[in-house]
Amino acid sequence: MENIKKNTRRKFLNNSLKVGIATAIGGIGLTKLVSKLNAKTANGSSEKIELMTTDGTLIQVDSSEVIPVEKTPSKYNSREGFANRKFVMVVDLAKCKNALKCQQACNKGHYITGDNAWLKVYKMQEDNDTAPYWMPTQCQHCDQPACVTVCPVDATFKRRDGIVLIDNERCIGCRFCMAACPYSTRVFNWSKPDQGEITLGVEYTPDYCGKPSVVGTVDKCDFCPHQIVKEELPFCVNACPNGVFYFGDKYEDTVTNGDETLRLSELLRKKDGYRLMEDLGTQPSVYYLPPVDRLVDFEKGLDNYNEFQSVAKPE
Amino acid sequence: MKNTDTLLIDLAPSKFGKKGVLWTSFLIVVIIIGAIAYVEELIEGQITTNMRDYALWGIYISNFVFFVATSFVGSVTVAVLRLTHNSWRTPIVRIAEIICVASIIMAGITIMIDMGRPDRLFYLFIYGRLQSPIIWDVIIIPTFMIVSILLLFFPLIPDFALLKEYFKEKKPTLSKWYGLLSLNWSGSKRQKKIQTKSIKIVAFMILPVGLILQTVDAWLFSTTYRVGWDSTNFAPYFITGAFVAGIGALVVVIFVVRKVYKLENYITNLHFDKLGKLLGLACLTYFYFNINEYLIPEFTAKKDEAAHLSLLFSGEYAPLFWLVLIGGLVIPIIIMFFKKGRKPLPMFIIGLVVVISSWWKRYLIVTPTLLHPFLPIQGVPESWHHYFPSLGEWLVTFATLAMALLIITLLIRYLPIIPIQRTADEQELLNSEKNSKS
Repeated sequence: MENIKKNTRRKFLNNSLKVGIATAIGGIGLTKLVSKLNAKTANGSSEKIELMTTDGTLIQVDSSEVIPVEKTPSKYNSREGFANRKFVMVVDLAKCKNALKCQQACNKGHYITGDNAWLKVYKMQEDNDTAPYWMPTQCQHCDQPACVTVCPVDATFKRRDGIVLIDNERCIGCRFCMAACPYSTRVFNWSKPDQGEITLGVEYTPDYCGKPSVVGTVDKCDFCPHQIVKEELPFCVNACPNGVFYFGDKYEDTVTNGDETLRLSELLRKKDGYRLMEDLGTQPSVYYLPPVDRLVDFEKGLDNYNEFQSVAKPE
Repeated sequence: MKNTDTLLIDLAPSKFGKKGVLWTSFLIVVIIIGAIAYVEELIEGQITTNMRDYALWGIYISNFVFFVATSFVGSVTVAVLRLTHNSWRTPIVRIAEIICVASIIMAGITIMIDMGRPDRLFYLFIYGRLQSPIIWDVIIIPTFMIVSILLLFFPLIPDFALLKEYFKEKKPTLSKWYGLLSLNWSGSKRQKKIQTKSIKIVAFMILPVGLILQTVDAWLFSTTYRVGWDSTNFAPYFITGAFVAGIGALVVVIFVVRKVYKLENYITNLHFDKLGKLLGLACLTYFYFNINEYLIPEFTAKKDEAAHLSLLFSGEYAPLFWLVLIGGLVIPIIIMFFKKGRKPLPMFIIGLVVVISSWWKRYLIVTPTLLHPFLPIQGVPESWHHYFPSLGEWLVTFATLAMALLIITLLIRYLPIIPIQRTADEQELLNSEKNSKS
């Protein structure tokens, strides 16, 4: 009850804030536009083009007034993350055949040398009577991350763009975050990582996990901010031959698997999206689409399945 | 005055005998071996342990919980017996305080051993965030340590003054040390008043601080989602468990000290009888919380809970589970009901069983839960599905236990194990009562 109240109040605050900002911006925009238009009529300029406002009404603007929005890259800080973004992932279980290309790409891209991959494809079956399915999991980048709450030194942190990262130069190796995470996605560097020369002399940054890995600290899926910076998709998304993974921005309401770009809200609504262990209240950023109408038999994936060792190490 | 003289002869610290030297060197050897194992771990990383990503905590943590639990003896014997005006406590409180100090020091050291990056220990102080239960531990453990050391120290002050005089000719350097520690104690009325007040304050403090310590320790586990830890029962469960472990340790140490130093006149059958009753009470309350912890989840048998409990009741951990529960809890309860069972020797044996069971009990609290995550354990080597400590972990753990015993041994060697001044005062009081009657 308390919670609901709080939430509605928060929502109200949030909404009113948005409305306020919108009107402010709108107001400024309008006055500018009007003054410009006046100026234009005075100048008696030529072409008009039609534009659609956010509420769907068409307006005409002088073509000389249309300036493309300049992308000013806001100062990026690996602790704070990207401004005005909220990264999400959608995993379509109906398409997963346990090809494990995602895992291989992730292992390779992050120089994983341990026995435990960050991205795992679980062989799942809820009950004897229900169908088995393949379920890729990685860090869920929860909005209420249990790992961040229990970290004593702020080594693992939540960014404004939704990504949960680890500062391996801060981590004291108490492993409390691993105990707290219900998704078992965290991996510890029990020995000195044998990453070879590839990570030598690389300047450490929390947003490229595994480059390099640090002994006695925790690693996990970083949602590939190092790829996002380059305007590329995370390793797993690019590598999947079946288009299982969709990556995108919740604020833009779009996700893409590289082949198709979809509306997030629509996709989740239409295909009954859900999140893992919703009842724990962790609020993951990774959504799952149930394994329905599958094109390929579950058994096909068994060829790649190895119960004891699923980490295919890079050569 | 004559009274204290005879007491001093009986109770003043004396040199180790042959056995004492042998015992101490044995402990030192165990510590050195453990230190070597730990250095190897520091060099290689914790790969030398058998902990892995699923069994991410092992005996280092259960050993830590054991030390924390044992330190509770200070709160129980000193504060509880004091508050309830149990005057029989006099000859055993100092030993209880010594165990308490040794355990809490070792708890602090053990938790550091578990860290993957002990070199970053000071990060806890410069980057600490109050929301993490580990920081609660970082606050409460030193607090408890200070209070327990003061609780040991304040009542010792008059004894230090006595010892300073006693050793003046025999051992001048030792006498000097005692003199330094006695803080110029002269036994004046004013000093006595300050001392009584100080003792009162720390004795009252040790109870809430001890309770918080045990509670925080339990919260380290119950603030996670894990099946078997995510329990509202956990804090009282840990407190009562600590009650058992502490009294068990006290009984064992008292028996040994009494035997070695021939203190049969001071620590009598009455003390063992009383301690037996206390141990019985402790075991009964702990048993009650065990029922809450295991039987009620079994009744509703949620899928994860059922899997966890079957691992304990009939699975891999069943032999250990039942041994610890029956041997370390049920049998002591039954034996403590009989007067014969509360005699020194049976008490010693039961105490030993209780302490060992308490140690394994913590192992059973930490390990099985970690091997039951929410998602199945897949994609890792077979050995990661199980956990049993590696040789290195055992050596390090034995070293910590030996270190605790060494601290106890050394404190017993240099401190009067039974409060001299206090015993003298009490005897005087008794005598004067007798005299007034006759």
